[in-house]
Amino acid sequence: MLELRSELFSALSETRNENIGALLSAKKEGKKVIGHYCAYSPVELALAAGAIAVPLCGNKKEPFLAADNDLPPNLCPIIRSSYDLAVSDTCPFFHASDMIVAETTCDGKKKMYEILQRIKPIHVMNLPQIPDLPMSITLWKSEVRRLKTAIEKELGVKITDEALREAIHVTNEEARARKELFDLNRNKPALLSGKDLLVIVAQAGYSIDRMSGVALIDRLTEEIKKKAQQGYHVGNEKTPRILLTGTPLGENDDKVVSLVEEYGGLVVAMEICGGYKSLDLRIDETDCRDPILLLAEKQVGIPCSVMSPNKKRIQLLERMIHDFAVDGVVDLTWHGCHTYNIESYWVADLVKNKLEKPFLHLTTDFSDADRETMRVRIEAFLEMI
Amino acid sequence: MPFVAGVDIGSVTTKAVILDCAENNEILSYHIVPSEGDVVALGRQSMEAALRKIKKKAEVKYIIATGYGRVSADFANSIKTEILCHGKGAHAMIPSARTVIDIGGQDSKAIRLDEEGNLIDFAMNDKCAAGTGRFLETIARALGMKVKHLAEVAAKAGRPCEISSTCTVFAESEVVTLRAHRNEDCNIVAGLHRSISKRVVAMVKTIKPKKEIVFTGGVAKNEGVKKALEAELDTEILVPEYPQIVGAYGAALIAKEEFLAI
Repeated sequence: MLELRSELFSALSETRNENIGALLSAKKEGKKVIGHYCAYSPVELALAAGAIAVPLCGNKKEPFLAADNDLPPNLCPIIRSSYDLAVSDTCPFFHASDMIVAETTCDGKKKMYEILQRIKPIHVMNLPQIPDLPMSITLWKSEVRRLKTAIEKELGVKITDEALREAIHVTNEEARARKELFDLNRNKPALLSGKDLLVIVAQAGYSIDRMSGVALIDRLTEEIKKKAQQGYHVGNEKTPRILLTGTPLGENDDKVVSLVEEYGGLVVAMEICGGYKSLDLRIDETDCRDPILLLAEKQVGIPCSVMSPNKKRIQLLERMIHDFAVDGVVDLTWHGCHTYNIESYWVADLVKNKLEKPFLHLTTDFSDADRETMRVRIEAFLEMI
Repeated sequence: MPFVAGVDIGSVTTKAVILDCAENNEILSYHIVPSEGDVVALGRQSMEAALRKIKKKAEVKYIIATGYGRVSADFANSIKTEILCHGKGAHAMIPSARTVIDIGGQDSKAIRLDEEGNLIDFAMNDKCAAGTGRFLETIARALGMKVKHLAEVAAKAGRPCEISSTCTVFAESEVVTLRAHRNEDCNIVAGLHRSISKRVVAMVKTIKPKKEIVFTGGVAKNEGVKKALEAELDTEILVPEYPQIVGAYGAALIAKEEFLAI
């Protein structure tokens, strides 16, 4: 019942794999590749420089043999996995990257990047963390400008304002298309299962030809709308509608989502990276101010838990709970992710105290070792709804 | 009259409770066996043993399984979590229950209920043995005592020892050290009860406990832990007559509801 059967969806789910070959051929033809780890990286600069931008964030399962030599075992698995993939040279995207961009997001990542620099140089941007201070925009704007200069030097190109505005149009379109796809699940009953959503989330950012990626998503959205008119849906009117929030997830991290769906719930929306988190942050293309400033303003608005206070995430969650008619919220955080783990206090405060809906905070990692302890919590959480 | 059963396959013991469909929800019989060997066979055997204790001849028409072994219980009509079942059972035994503290063999849980006994929130510790029956069992063994004598020993304590380790392995070596420093066993055991209670109460506070607070699970038979929990919570807590079978009783009550709804 839970997986969308469609050629377009299959094509979408192969985006990452398909683009490995395309990436290598493009490189042979002289294209440059810029890898990035996080939504705070302004990929628009890479695109405006004529380069290919690829995500590097890792979600490989344990063991992290290479990472275990250099990093503490109680560090968040995303950081350990990202490091492991890079050091063991098993990530084709890291391997292909001519330049790597990263940010001082959380403590674990920024210290990991220091050690990773032994393998490849990394341009680390100094991310401000108090989003409401005007000087945060000023700082980030100067950091975006510093990156622009670095890319121009590294790639031997000039990034024009015109090319940058064109790149902004591309990322705006990506956000629009993905939002329209995710918004299909405002429907009751839903049209996409949590497992479907995970596939979509995990493929974000891997299209080398970005506009054809947008077109594919648009066609898929249209197709699902048509299917819906013919009666297609996932779950039924009574299926508990769950919102998933928290740390970034990859396609392989389906433990929690599959348990929720195994026990009759449905994850209808995901407030996570690659999910709904930053889709509302589109730049007004008619705004004539400096595009570097526009990028800075957009990115400082990303509601990641590294920001303090991160009120925008709570506001976004409240809107999503309403828009997607959510019955309960699961806050999933990885072991060792202090910022999301601590911020769970405010998510619980919103969901339990203000909205009076069932709430479950889970802390886990990529392994299956705690599947049973996750199972009983998720089962009881669904019994509560 | 048809019978229904609740079977709670826990990590240390397996419990079965038999009810009929009468309105008073009276426990007709129950049986407890240690969880050793095949959990599914254990579940079935405990239920059959409970059934044999009833003189009347009748058949079990509906079974709910709960506890860690529930996932494999092929003899059951459906399965429910031990969280739901403990809440249900405790509320039926003590209708004023709004919070349930359950300390079992390998986990401890805090459960919040509404007036009707519906589950509204819960917290659970099962990542490590601290704050569970296993913790007490390990330490009792290190002291050369039986678990059932712990409360009796602790009752004589004058000045309970500070046990700072929350990890079972470290607590065990801490206890050995305390003994080497010639601390009396009664003070060591009372210290352990206080340590387990502090850990459990920290979890209970995350779900904003309301009165009455009911204490269930095998560890609830230990008067020393009950008193230590009362001291930490600064309020009286209630222990039902058979704290160990509350989960199985809750499962049997749900079995009855589901059977009658067919």
